[in-house]
Amino acid sequence: MYAYLLSILIWLPIVAGVVVLLLGERQLAAGRWLSLLAAIATLALSVPLLADFNTQTAAYQFIEKAAWIPRFNAFYALGVDGISLPLVVLTALMTIPVIIAAWTVVKTRAAQYFAAFLIMEGLMIGVFCATDALLFYFFWEAMLIPMFLIIGIWGGPRRVYATIKFFLYTFLGSVFMLAALIYMYVKAGSYSIAAFQALPLTLVEQRWIFAAFMLAFAVKVPMWPVHTWLPDAHVEAPTGGSVILAAIMLKMGGYGFLRFSLPITPDACRELNLFVITLSLIAVIYIGFVAIVQADMKKLIAYSSIAHMGFVTLGAFVVYEIVRTTGQLQGAAMGMDGAMVQMVSHGLISGALFLCVGVLYDRVHSREISAYGGVINTMPVFAAFMVMFALANTGVPGTSGFVGEFLVILASFKASFWYSTLAAVTLVLGACYTLWLVKRVLYGPVANDHVAHLTDLNGREFIVLGMLAVLVLAIGIWPEPLLRIMEPSIHHLVTQAVASKIPL
Amino acid sequence: MNAIWHGMIPAMPEIYLGFAICAVLLFEAFVGVKRPGATSTLTLLVLAVGAALTVRYADIGHQAVLFNGMYVTDPLAFVLKLAGFLFVAVALLYSRMYLENRDILRGEYYVLALTALLGIFVLISANSLLTVYLGVELLALSLYAMVAFDRESGVAAEAAMKYFVLGAIASGTLLYGMSIVYGLTGTLDLGVIATKLNTPGSLGVILGLAFIVVAVAFKFGVVPFHMWLPDVYEGAPTSVTLFVGTAPKIAYFALTLRLLAHGLAGTSADWTLMLTPLAVLTLIVGNVVAIVQSNLKRMLAYSTISHVGFIVLGFIAGTPSGYSAALYYTLVYVLVALGAFGVILLASRKGFEADKLDHYKGLYQRDPLLALVMMVLMFSLAGVPPFVGFWAKLRIIQALWETSHLGLVIIALVMSVVGAFYYLRVVKLVYFDAPPENLPATLRPLGPRLVIGVNAAAVLVLGVLPSPLLALCSSLIH
Repeated sequence: MYAYLLSILIWLPIVAGVVVLLLGERQLAAGRWLSLLAAIATLALSVPLLADFNTQTAAYQFIEKAAWIPRFNAFYALGVDGISLPLVVLTALMTIPVIIAAWTVVKTRAAQYFAAFLIMEGLMIGVFCATDALLFYFFWEAMLIPMFLIIGIWGGPRRVYATIKFFLYTFLGSVFMLAALIYMYVKAGSYSIAAFQALPLTLVEQRWIFAAFMLAFAVKVPMWPVHTWLPDAHVEAPTGGSVILAAIMLKMGGYGFLRFSLPITPDACRELNLFVITLSLIAVIYIGFVAIVQADMKKLIAYSSIAHMGFVTLGAFVVYEIVRTTGQLQGAAMGMDGAMVQMVSHGLISGALFLCVGVLYDRVHSREISAYGGVINTMPVFAAFMVMFALANTGVPGTSGFVGEFLVILASFKASFWYSTLAAVTLVLGACYTLWLVKRVLYGPVANDHVAHLTDLNGREFIVLGMLAVLVLAIGIWPEPLLRIMEPSIHHLVTQAVASKIPL
Repeated sequence: MNAIWHGMIPAMPEIYLGFAICAVLLFEAFVGVKRPGATSTLTLLVLAVGAALTVRYADIGHQAVLFNGMYVTDPLAFVLKLAGFLFVAVALLYSRMYLENRDILRGEYYVLALTALLGIFVLISANSLLTVYLGVELLALSLYAMVAFDRESGVAAEAAMKYFVLGAIASGTLLYGMSIVYGLTGTLDLGVIATKLNTPGSLGVILGLAFIVVAVAFKFGVVPFHMWLPDVYEGAPTSVTLFVGTAPKIAYFALTLRLLAHGLAGTSADWTLMLTPLAVLTLIVGNVVAIVQSNLKRMLAYSTISHVGFIVLGFIAGTPSGYSAALYYTLVYVLVALGAFGVILLASRKGFEADKLDHYKGLYQRDPLLALVMMVLMFSLAGVPPFVGFWAKLRIIQALWETSHLGLVIIALVMSVVGAFYYLRVVKLVYFDAPPENLPATLRPLGPRLVIGVNAAAVLVLGVLPSPLLALCSSLIH
């Protein structure tokens, strides 16, 4: 019935993007509406995906398979499981606010702006849907091009430095992943991810492949110490670029760990889990401190993203410690559940926070915290939203931010008291940097003329932030449906991750 | 008589081209001088007819050795010759306005292009050391003359001189190496040499190989025999740079394949050992030095060098998979290079050479089509999907993995990241920067612009659906 649903989700935005590009700046109005329509249609098409998703099985669903490069045994193979489905929907969802937020704000080459984001959307959905490693890599790399252009064309003053740094960092990480994928292809004779997961590998091979994956995914997540591209990219990117970067692109690193590292190199992961856990905890704590001292709102949220993504990698890799200390798979699944919820939740919250900064930036053209103060006096509705998202960012119960962090902390408690204690420091640090940001920007007396002349949210901005606020609360209050979608796949993943693949 | 003629039919492309060159020369002498540009049109016609004849007569589907073992034709030769017709035609199409604007639109240019093409064909079908040498010289002499074609230009004359002197030395080493191989085997026939020469490691073989490898490396522009390449690329009129940088690469691929990979297959252990350090150096020097260039032609010259490094890696793998990877890489590279130099040609004007990188600042605002083409080509050169350059790199890496060359894989990958930097810089100039004042407008002839658009589209389409070309390249190499 839904034979080509995933293909449509991938290609509809791309084709629409090309059409918008062809319409050009002269038919901007038409292009704008077409972009919005395409983005909404993509989201609408992902509804049957959610509705008819079978939550009883870990197998790929809505699968498609067509010959792509018969000589390499590479297929145009698509499918979603409980791990990729939430991310696909998240991608379809987050493109809409990006387009609405840019509606009249982007002045130069606006048609290209919309086109770039639509093409990005298709490529990103492709990354999450590909079940063939070559196809995955194809989308994974192709995605860099629109993002490179988005930061470079519509970015801030240091955009060129930021975008080239972004591209080269991620490119460097990815080429080694490519080497690993080709290596496994030569051994397995196929590029199917399932074949890679089933391929027996010696510990030495696994270590190398793990290292290659680590490089690719750690840069994307980003993990300390390869995170330095992110603050630059975020600060210089236009609002939409920051939203997509934080909400979706960072998730690809986490997705990569879950889809590639853990099931393909389980023994290497078991051996090196402390390494990843240490890096994650450094990200959570050290980057948390770094976030506190930022003077630039976007930079602060960027560092907060790194800290929050530390929970994703922590939740994924703490599995081994849990199994080692308790021998239970159930507890291990909780860590991964937490990692997944954290990804979805962080996608919504960080996206919303970047949109909030965008709202202010559009009015005052400054991202400096010191340029604001007492915004609540002139923009009460906006302030309400921003406070809500800030609280979600600190992980207040009732918001989605709580669920992910709580699950990960709870799971890591089973592994070790210290992991959970250190991870829980984030609750303090997160509150520090987020609430202090809110205090300095929103509260206090009206700081200057700019702030005094601010106008509150317009309808367009209200819709965008309102939509995200509802979702953040919904997941926070009732995460059960999300967890149910993921459950069989997570369970399957945990069994894969703890089983040895070393040939006897 | 009839039987002899019948046996010669597979050599139709060369025979036809030989006659066509005479015809074009005569046409130029009687008609072309009065009507500049007529020869240009005729040449394109000649190439089209040549391609048609090649399809009709040279597609024999199996290997055939002609002229007492001097000449070989097989499906590979057929495809390469068709590619030669196509690439030369596109190159000439891009060049016409450029030549016109510099008052060097003369028939001799086209005759030289055709003799160069004949040289390419001879190399493609060479089955004897003599034929190899004949092809190498025919091609090289045509190219020397083309580089010096603009007699008003001192830089071009200097470049041609350098090219000629260094090229002559390379030809000398090639001959010397061949003479040693002949001395060892007593035959010029590559097929016989392949069966006789299978004692790797012996002193005579190493000596002969060393000279041949040097000559091949020179032709390809492999470091440290690359010195001529940036100077020629920069000094020659851009239309000639376009020519030198594209179709001849097919011939050098064929040269390496027929001479080293087939004729001297028995000694592959030796020549891969010689080529390996050269390839590594080529990758490093090409990519690193390209970063500091401010002249686009020179940057593309170093980029060529780095891509040659990849092609050589395919030969180092030493398997049919590696050779077909090298073939694929060569075809893809030529396709992309055609477009890149084509953009330079279309961005230049009468009295203005758009060869500095700074001339491309804000190209997007001056000419969106050329900007888009440039971006596609640069990302393809950098090896980023969805463009075809990605698959070329992938094939080479795959061939290297199949033969467990871990070190080379890592070097190739790291260097492709280094290379990405300067390609990105071009995209940055084109899209992110504001155009400087007082740059002349780009050329807007319909035909070449259409072709360059198709050229870029081909880079994308072959990147999204790479299967047919990959399968073709694999089927051509056994």
